[in-house]
Amino acid sequence: MERMNKKEGSNPYRKRKYENFQSQQKREERCDDNSPPSAMKKLFFCFQRELDQRHDKYERLVKLSRDITIESKRTIFLLHRISSTPDTSDILAESVTKLDTVRQKIKMIAQELVGEDMHQYHRAFSPGLQEYVEAVTFQYYIQTRSLMRLDEINKQLVFPHEENEKFEEASDDNEEKGKEEQQSLSLQVTPIDYLLGIADLTGELMRMCINSVGNGDISTPFELSQFLQQIYDGFSYIGNTGPYEVSKKLYTLKQSLGKVEGACYTLKVRGSEIPKHMLADVFSSKAIIIDQDEGIS
Amino acid sequence: MSFNEMFICIHEFLTVDQEIREEIRKVVQCLEQTAREILTVLQSVHQASGFKDIPSKCQKAREHFGTVRTHLATLKTKFPSDQYYRFHEHWRFVLQRLVFLSAFVVYLETETLVTRDAVTEILGIEVEREKGFHLDIEDYLTGVLTLASELARLAVNSVTSGDYSRPLRISAFINELDSGFRLLNLKNDSLRKRYDGLKYDVKKIEEVVYDLSIRGLKDKEDGDGEKL
Repeated sequence: MERMNKKEGSNPYRKRKYENFQSQQKREERCDDNSPPSAMKKLFFCFQRELDQRHDKYERLVKLSRDITIESKRTIFLLHRISSTPDTSDILAESVTKLDTVRQKIKMIAQELVGEDMHQYHRAFSPGLQEYVEAVTFQYYIQTRSLMRLDEINKQLVFPHEENEKFEEASDDNEEKGKEEQQSLSLQVTPIDYLLGIADLTGELMRMCINSVGNGDISTPFELSQFLQQIYDGFSYIGNTGPYEVSKKLYTLKQSLGKVEGACYTLKVRGSEIPKHMLADVFSSKAIIIDQDEGIS
Repeated sequence: MSFNEMFICIHEFLTVDQEIREEIRKVVQCLEQTAREILTVLQSVHQASGFKDIPSKCQKAREHFGTVRTHLATLKTKFPSDQYYRFHEHWRFVLQRLVFLSAFVVYLETETLVTRDAVTEILGIEVEREKGFHLDIEDYLTGVLTLASELARLAVNSVTSGDYSRPLRISAFINELDSGFRLLNLKNDSLRKRYDGLKYDVKKIEEVVYDLSIRGLKDKEDGDGEKL
């Protein structure tokens, strides 16, 4: 009797160990025949797959968004150099190619979002898009001295699907699907992202204004002042209807506008008195005073 | 199109957006009201008298889910169907609550975990995103986690009412649920935070089971408990 008991005692133990090992293996393999696990486990295996897929996509989009942000920022820095060099066409051409590469990234986002609800992942790529809006409108302003409209931005973000032909060759039955994609592969900037991007743009314009005075350029500040006033009017018209972030930016916008207007005022009052080559010095001291004021308030 | 015209367009867009949100909020309020009513009906299972007529309570709750279905049907009409996630935040909470309530009803009836398909059927919505108003997987999982804490409470109260076998069944169920959730790779978000609470529910139920087993109450019939 005792011997039998011992035997029985040891066998289940071994068995259990073996089972544990098996289940571990299964977890690693994630194989299809999950018949031993319960129905609930099966259910959760499905959830696991679904959640992982979703998180992976989200991460990919965040990464793309970061790349877009970095590249857009660089474009803006590049464009700031314009006011200090006589030859603007080279820099503009470079910025155009840079923005083209950014658009390629946006296209990749659009590809990720094919067949998805764009708003589900919106938070992942919205910062990048805002930065892109900032860069592209800045460039547009330098070229045309006017504000790029939302529909013009969105027009650039419709991507005709050229590589589609390769896909179609690979699988002929997908031809119609490919054509559908051809029409729909686009990423539309939402009005809110646009507004936030424009609000950031005003900060860049303010910097451009100060820079241009430093370089002895007197006409640009007045143009900028007028332009910023127009933008400010537009934002005031929207006022509180927008989300919280927009009203928050409105405050910074007002500050930038104040600085530019102050700069124009100084130019007007002192400009006639002081010889041109000294203007920069007068202005830079004024700018420092403004900055200090801001620090206190 | 001039400067001003574009801002007028954007303003219009924002106004329409706000109106949609307002409409959604109204419906969600109705849904919350119904959810509270269902919860009140189901809460009575925690009382000693409530244990006897669980089926009738579930029946009553299921009737209320009819109202939920009509509310959700109106909610669907309030926004374009392909913009579910744009307004998701507005109904996220109430939907999680409704998942919990339907999971609770199903558990009380059959002592099994409600599947996602079954929840969508109870609520009259879709499973897949492509087909319209659907149930997000994270909302479903959050609802299930709420069920776990409710069951931990039920285990305690069923002992008070003299039902000694229920905690054991709940324990088995929760353990299975726990191992299910262990399979998921959760990100550091709200679902993960809710999941972190699950272990306390597991612990509580295990304590109840322990108390029952050291006193030998595990195998006793329900009737004996009331005499104590």
